[in-house]
Amino acid sequence: MKRRARAWLWIPVMTGVVGVGWAAFAPVRVDTREKVFAIPEGTWARRRTGEDVEILPSQIRLTLGLQDVLLLKNRDTVPQTFGPALLMPGQNFRLPFEVASEYQFACTAHASGQMTVIVEPFPASPLARLGWRATRVIDSLRYPDTPT
Amino acid sequence: MAYDSFSGARMRHWLLAIVASFTGMLAMAAERPALKAGVFEPPAAAPGFSLPASTGGQQALANYREKVVLLGFGFTMCPEVCPTTLAVLAQARKRLGTQADQVQVLYVTVDPERDSAERMRAYLRGFDPTFVGLTGAPDELAIVRAQYGVEAERKNIGNSYSVAHSSSIYLIDRKGMLRAMMPYGRTPDDYVHDVRLLLNE
Repeated sequence: MKRRARAWLWIPVMTGVVGVGWAAFAPVRVDTREKVFAIPEGTWARRRTGEDVEILPSQIRLTLGLQDVLLLKNRDTVPQTFGPALLMPGQNFRLPFEVASEYQFACTAHASGQMTVIVEPFPASPLARLGWRATRVIDSLRYPDTPT
Repeated sequence: MAYDSFSGARMRHWLLAIVASFTGMLAMAAERPALKAGVFEPPAAAPGFSLPASTGGQQALANYREKVVLLGFGFTMCPEVCPTTLAVLAQARKRLGTQADQVQVLYVTVDPERDSAERMRAYLRGFDPTFVGLTGAPDELAIVRAQYGVEAERKNIGNSYSVAHSSSIYLIDRKGMLRAMMPYGRTPDDYVHDVRLLLNE
């Protein structure tokens, strides 16, 4: 009886080991190199009524060689300051990064007046891949509306 | 025989399709060069202005049509960001060699109280004698900043003050279109790469 209970205990342990192994050794991939944020149509009107509409998080994480292009889109009918750029209606701003670093941009949309883009190096080692996947999970929980 | 001619025709179709798609890809690449700066898509006309210049008199952005304009905003008492950016731009201009004459750096002050045209001339000459500084009335400069989405906020420090400001450089092509924005911290070679692409269009 005891032996059977012990056998059941091994199942979650083994599942965890396999999961961590997969996270560390499976090749990392994303659907697109672009991390896209868009101001939807009607945002200016919503803000005018006093609604607090936050589209860009104050911190954006990118990964070199994997997802290293920030793509901002203004789909509203008026010009909008979006992160570091003033975008005309229907205009996009495509900003590529080639060096892993932390970039600060002036951004009036945030209380701090700044937006940070963290560009991390490509996760080449198993430990780095594990960290990269863990960070994506944490970011998706912290910023559920942000594309990962 | 009939089979052979059919196969030959099909081969020609395939070859034509490959050549056409390759040409299409080249054309697309030619339309949208991969700049290292952040690119505005589609580009809009760069907002125009005419301001008192360090070269004397008024200078309008339109005067520099046919050149690639690198437009920045800052102030002469800036402790770090402006000197770094201007040094990078001066270095980039040197590396452009014979193409340097086709590039114009314009620096608009965010501190018109202290930055007269003369003061800007003396300051910018230390980096590159061809750089042009622009000043003007505070309201006039605020309009130019708003048109480019540039932030500038005065911060009092004891008896003096500093100005926190956007630090990117705007790239305007020879037709006067606002094409891109280079964030602070990029290298002279990044500017050389992008300016050459814009000049060679």
